[in-house]
Amino acid sequence: MKVFRDLLRDYRFFWGFWILVMTVVFASLSFFSPYDPGLWGEAPRDMRPSAEYWLGTDSNGQDIFWIATFAVRNSLTIALIAGLVSRVIAVTVGMVAGYLGGKSDRVLMFVSDSLLVIPLFLMIVLLAMLIRDSMSVISLGLLLAIFGWAWDARLIRSQILSLREREFTKTAVLSGTGTMKLVMNEYMPYSTPLIFSTLINNMAWAIGLEITLAILGLLDLSIPTLGTMLYWAISYQAVLLGRWWWVLTPIVLSIFLFVALYWLSVSISEYLDPRRRIQRVGVG
Amino acid sequence: MFVRRYLIPRFVQYILVIFFGVTAVFIIPRLLPNDPVMRTIAELRARGASLEPGAMDKIIADMTKMYGLEGTWLDQYGDFWMRLMRGDLGVSFFQFPTPVSTLIVTALPWTVGLLLTTTIFAWVIGNVLGAFAGYYSSSRWAQGMDAVAMVIRPMPYYIFAFALLLLFAYAVRWFPVSGGSSFGRQPSFTLPYIQDVLWHSFLPALSIAVLGMAVWFQTMKLVVQSVVGESYVQYARLGGVTERKIVTRYVFRNALLPQITGLALSLGLIFSGALITEIVFSYPGLGTLLYRAIINGDYNLIMGITIFSIFAITTTVLIVDLIYPLFDPRIRYS
Amino acid sequence: MNRMEEIILKTEGLKAFYILDVYGKQKTVKAVNDVDLAIRENEIYGIAGESGCGKTTLLKTLAAAMEPPLRIVDGRVTYRIAGADVDVSTLSSEEIRRLRLEYIAYVPQGSMSVLNPVARVRDTYRDFIESHISTQQRDEALVLAKEHIVELGLPPKILDAYPHQLSGGMRQRVTIALATLLKPRIIIGDEPTTALDVVVQRGVVQLLKDVQRKLQNTIILVTHDMGVHANIADRIGIMYAGKIVEEGTTEKIFGAPEHPYTQYLINSLPKFGDKTPRESVPGSPPSLANLPTGCPFHPRCPHVMDICKQEMPGFTQVESNHRVACWLVGEGEHGKVA
Repeated sequence: MKVFRDLLRDYRFFWGFWILVMTVVFASLSFFSPYDPGLWGEAPRDMRPSAEYWLGTDSNGQDIFWIATFAVRNSLTIALIAGLVSRVIAVTVGMVAGYLGGKSDRVLMFVSDSLLVIPLFLMIVLLAMLIRDSMSVISLGLLLAIFGWAWDARLIRSQILSLREREFTKTAVLSGTGTMKLVMNEYMPYSTPLIFSTLINNMAWAIGLEITLAILGLLDLSIPTLGTMLYWAISYQAVLLGRWWWVLTPIVLSIFLFVALYWLSVSISEYLDPRRRIQRVGVG
Repeated sequence: MFVRRYLIPRFVQYILVIFFGVTAVFIIPRLLPNDPVMRTIAELRARGASLEPGAMDKIIADMTKMYGLEGTWLDQYGDFWMRLMRGDLGVSFFQFPTPVSTLIVTALPWTVGLLLTTTIFAWVIGNVLGAFAGYYSSSRWAQGMDAVAMVIRPMPYYIFAFALLLLFAYAVRWFPVSGGSSFGRQPSFTLPYIQDVLWHSFLPALSIAVLGMAVWFQTMKLVVQSVVGESYVQYARLGGVTERKIVTRYVFRNALLPQITGLALSLGLIFSGALITEIVFSYPGLGTLLYRAIINGDYNLIMGITIFSIFAITTTVLIVDLIYPLFDPRIRYS
Repeated sequence: MNRMEEIILKTEGLKAFYILDVYGKQKTVKAVNDVDLAIRENEIYGIAGESGCGKTTLLKTLAAAMEPPLRIVDGRVTYRIAGADVDVSTLSSEEIRRLRLEYIAYVPQGSMSVLNPVARVRDTYRDFIESHISTQQRDEALVLAKEHIVELGLPPKILDAYPHQLSGGMRQRVTIALATLLKPRIIIGDEPTTALDVVVQRGVVQLLKDVQRKLQNTIILVTHDMGVHANIADRIGIMYAGKIVEEGTTEKIFGAPEHPYTQYLINSLPKFGDKTPRESVPGSPPSLANLPTGCPFHPRCPHVMDICKQEMPGFTQVESNHRVACWLVGEGEHGKVA
């Protein structure tokens, strides 16, 4: 709690946090939507923003305000699934590689290095085409999770490496503490803030990829997400035809999301690194 | 020591990554339930091509061969590598029978032209600004630029491209909405043609360059701030070394090292194209090529682009790894 | 030693604090808290104390190398330059830059990263020389620099080496060679022997002694290692929690230490033929951001009295060359600054 209050003093954490809260509130409005997001033509097509349709309507005959609430909800869900599942992989790999060292370390780090060099995005595209027909919110989240752990596993590994050198590890090992217990009781508390900041970064990455895949038409396009909103806007040439409100809504929402997530992560990682914190303080 | 500890592991990793990457590309589409040959024929029929029943078998056999689908998976796998060594990436399904390599070579100059210039431009400007902002981090202009970078940096480039598109091409109407060059112009090395290309490339280039600048600006600023705290900088200062020497020979020289690696990685990314940006601006590069391949389910083309990217990225990373010791004596003599 | 030697560097009521603003809360780290020093020409003055007692910060202020958030809150540092007293705070940054290496030089703790890792030693030399010597004399200076290196017992080919190729002892000799290049009047050493093994340490101490004898200048040496002080210093100041608590000639400090803290430091040194276990100072040094009231040593002091918890004692002049700030010492003279 004290950490949280300290962080809130940082303007970036403050804004990042509240923008994210607002987005979640916006997303939960979808539960009160008068429209079924799966149906088209419920509203008149291509209406400019007005008192009745706050953000206008699109060429599919959907109210942009309400469809956007669903879109944010789904995009956040995908990001959360991808983020949480890939955290499990990243933490496992990072801890195993960092704690065991030796051969398992080298193999795991080779795999994660390769994932960093290979054009991951194109691999994801290939796989996404394969399962295009069953591409739901959950399966997309899982697909992204498979690829989104490499860098973070590295970060966690190097933290474990430095923790392993510390005194309490030796004491614990000498006094016969089990590995599992050591990792859970001693390492996890130290690594939690790092894991949390990588989670935020990973969520931003997942939202970005969701949008990219959707624009390429590789999602179930009847599910409203930030990406599919843009997909429909592009395929109906909304920009050329002057329907700016259709593009504006998902773009503005994405910008808010990305900026909020980034500010949160910058603020947390600065909090984690006291050297940088002092530096920042020293300037002010 | 240098060869064994530095060079050999990098070559091994290079070979292994290519091997596993290409193998993955080989396997993934083979998990696909539908038969690409039958799909192509159905597609040709749908376009109105009349095929005699007698010729059918031969066509199927030819196509199976052309797509490398003869024999067991193992045969195919061997054949796949053989073709690859000859630079043969197969033919496109949907622009049949244009070789994939031809399509890539046609689109490549557009993408490389756009991304190479913007990436290098962004790297240079971003690093110069970031270096000064890091060194004079308490000055007002440094903090102002940092605030701008804090907002631009987190956006994916295509979101930023959309924002620019809405702003310039639509709201203000300063720049054309789409296309690599005006419709119907023949490519030539004349001034009007080049002007035309530049004009049409301006918005996509701007979106990539500004975003790249924000990224380099921020990383360089952080690196410089941490280098300033290093003991060799403090020591030089206590030795009364002039400010100018400290800035150039101590701070910037050392801060540049991680940025060189960073440039390598982002040059590698050039080859996957600024996908969505190209689509948004209908720019005729690799990104748009990939987009059309995806829309048409042109698997061979996607595989070709992916394999090409794997080679290009790993090779770029390898080259930079080989050049890097020239900048860092710690690696050269250890 | 000549008793009439001039004071070359002095501080009067010097207070240098780090003023931090950590997530909205102001924090003051009192690293140098009311220090009076009078360091003479042609002496080696040692400053001793545990890590975290503010000795490195004191060095920074002596070398006029404060950077925010470190600030001089009160008092001043005075150099004696060519027979005149100069208040350092009145100098411009360019004037201070010129004084460095020419008048006051610095020998750092010999860590890996003291020399620019991407430059050859020769280039570091050139940077230092070019920053202080006018263009016409540079070539000559470089030749002299080479001779100087040989004089200090270093092989001339180290000029072509990169820092990471040198051993710790070599690097430390390189920094000493750089510090003495322009024959400064004051050399400040910040734990110059700490990162080195014992044999190399002895060589470095000897080198510093030789250099001082030759240049007849002043060395201010900061280290926590009392053994080094015993070896090299003429006078020693004992620093605790940002304050000098005892000061005297080396013989006095080692022969008749008055302050309980000094006694602990001396007793923790190994002695020949004495096999009783060495006792170190109990407890740990106080946080400079949150000092105890009164004498900062009172929570760890075996002789603590009521007054120690309330008031900081002033200096008592035990002998002409020996003063101490402790309530146990010098009846009736408490609170008087001699």
